[in-house]
Amino acid sequence: MSLRRPAKNQPESFEFNASSLEAANIIVAKYPEGKQQSAVMALLYIAQKQNNNWIPLAAMKYIAKFLDMPYIKVYEVATFYTMYNLAPVGKYFIQVCTTTPCMIRGANQLVEACKEKISENECELSNDNSCSWMEVECLGACVNAPMMQINDDYYEDLDKQQTLDILDKILNGETPKPGSYRGRVNNEPENNRKTLMDLKNA
Amino acid sequence: MLKDQDRIFQNLYNDKGSDVSSSKERGDWVNTKEITDKGRDWIINEIKESQLRGRGGAGFPTGLKWSFAPKEVGSRPHYLVINGDESEPGTCKDRDILRFEPHKLIEGCLIASYVVQAHVCYIYIRGEYFVDGQKLQAAIDEAYENKLLGKNAAGTGWDLDIYIHYGAGAYICGEETALLESIEGKKGQPRLKPPFPALIGLYGCPTIINNVETIAVVPTILRRGGKWFASLGREKNTGTKIFCISGNVNTPCNVEEEMNIPLKELIEVHAGGVIGGWDNLQAVIPGGSSMPLIPKEKCETLTMDFDSLIAEKSGLGTAGIVVINKDQDIIKCMARIARFYKHESCGQCTPCREGSGWMWRMLERMAKGDATKDEVDMLGDVTNQIAGHTICAFGEGSSWPVQGLLRHFKKEIEKRNNLDPIVQKKNNIPYLVDQHLLDKKNA
Repeated sequence: MSLRRPAKNQPESFEFNASSLEAANIIVAKYPEGKQQSAVMALLYIAQKQNNNWIPLAAMKYIAKFLDMPYIKVYEVATFYTMYNLAPVGKYFIQVCTTTPCMIRGANQLVEACKEKISENECELSNDNSCSWMEVECLGACVNAPMMQINDDYYEDLDKQQTLDILDKILNGETPKPGSYRGRVNNEPENNRKTLMDLKNA
Repeated sequence: MLKDQDRIFQNLYNDKGSDVSSSKERGDWVNTKEITDKGRDWIINEIKESQLRGRGGAGFPTGLKWSFAPKEVGSRPHYLVINGDESEPGTCKDRDILRFEPHKLIEGCLIASYVVQAHVCYIYIRGEYFVDGQKLQAAIDEAYENKLLGKNAAGTGWDLDIYIHYGAGAYICGEETALLESIEGKKGQPRLKPPFPALIGLYGCPTIINNVETIAVVPTILRRGGKWFASLGREKNTGTKIFCISGNVNTPCNVEEEMNIPLKELIEVHAGGVIGGWDNLQAVIPGGSSMPLIPKEKCETLTMDFDSLIAEKSGLGTAGIVVINKDQDIIKCMARIARFYKHESCGQCTPCREGSGWMWRMLERMAKGDATKDEVDMLGDVTNQIAGHTICAFGEGSSWPVQGLLRHFKKEIEKRNNLDPIVQKKNNIPYLVDQHLLDKKNA
């Protein structure tokens, strides 16, 4: 189990803005009548997106009212799932996968790069408050190891130098190109493809 | 090697694009109506004849699972749920289906929904795959535009709506009942079985849950016939499977191959061989992190299917192959897997919640050489106390890799920890301590 605590400094109030409200109503309509509680996970995402990548307690209370469910149930969900950030993480949130398949291909170098460029400890904001990093469990791109996720995008097949370059770009406010950094196409064996050759480059 | 025309996922590497028109060129959506017109019993029989087994890890026969759905729809509606919460370390096959072959999945959903009489289908995708989920959503929108979903979907006379539900980083939600809890908007903690989801599942209604890959191969099986599928592989382990080969190989990749393919062929031909040559191989995890590892000697002759791996006291699982060469510290590798399970335990059952952390701490000590003599036996004992004593299969999943390590690399552990009976180490080690005291300061 992972232990997760809400941040100490909490904003007083939270409300969905117009676009969040519209998105929330579309989500609630996906589920059968009376089962609007199902939308809680998606609504927490919407709140997180609206509130600079983290969820304050006020947002949980707001969502509880919105879906007509007890506050504690929303709190339970927000603290159970690890993708909900309960404390500020910065505009760019970097997650480095360090589970075994990435570890044996050198994920620790990515961690070193993050330590050099962003902050000594994980979950700590960088000097300009723009980003933070943390080690996470398997992100499901094992054949592209080692890799990291920045906000929604995957950056794959990395080494230390490439990671430093990506982080430099982010600290300068640019968005680097997601995908493989060894130039291979998707998940095919690099320069060693033996299947579906008729379709290749067709 | 499997012939190219027998590969189901022709667009595995996205050579042709994943939109509906190029999918139709590959044969998707061509005669969906003809298939459903043959009736539910014909479809179930064809799938039974193909001997398709679930691709999510447990390998349960799919045709049999579908036949558990109630024949008549009573007062409660039926649901179809697709499990795309792919989080097993070493596995990344569903991601490629979601982003490159979404129409195979959507068509499979329509056929499966027709068979189990569901009008609503939820596809549960892990939250990290947000970008890939958006690609699937685009394909679903496209299908609605082309009248392949919605009222009278694809002219079959069956109404179907498909919705995507994103997870939020919990490995346990890949367990089917935890997944249902998660869709209901609760913590993902598994339910006791029975009652089985086929009778009481999502919102208390009959629910059939299948893996992404299982559903995506269904339309092709029905087009080409169960006999064709059964002719690949061997008895009870038929058809093709996407293998993910990662770790210390020269060209890690996803590849669709026939079941029962030799492991050595997968590694040498498709993955470009082990880094440092075959002799540098130390061990292989054959089916995602929860399956016990297999040492090099057995890798020479091993074939990859459900039953032959069970005979080696391991399992095919999700077919995520992690190759570990001799440059790696095998105890450290397993300690990292134990940490993964410690992090992902849902905390519902005590043996798993406490035991997974206990195993991790012991393995970390063993990797450093700090363990005491009785700890090796104690570690084995802890694994046995977890496996079989929990609500879901996570208990087995977390203890099997450790048991595999003890089975094949006990000598290595004993050597490193210098467990000489003459020199009695006396370490004061707190065995049972609160997990949160060991956790890093959390954000």
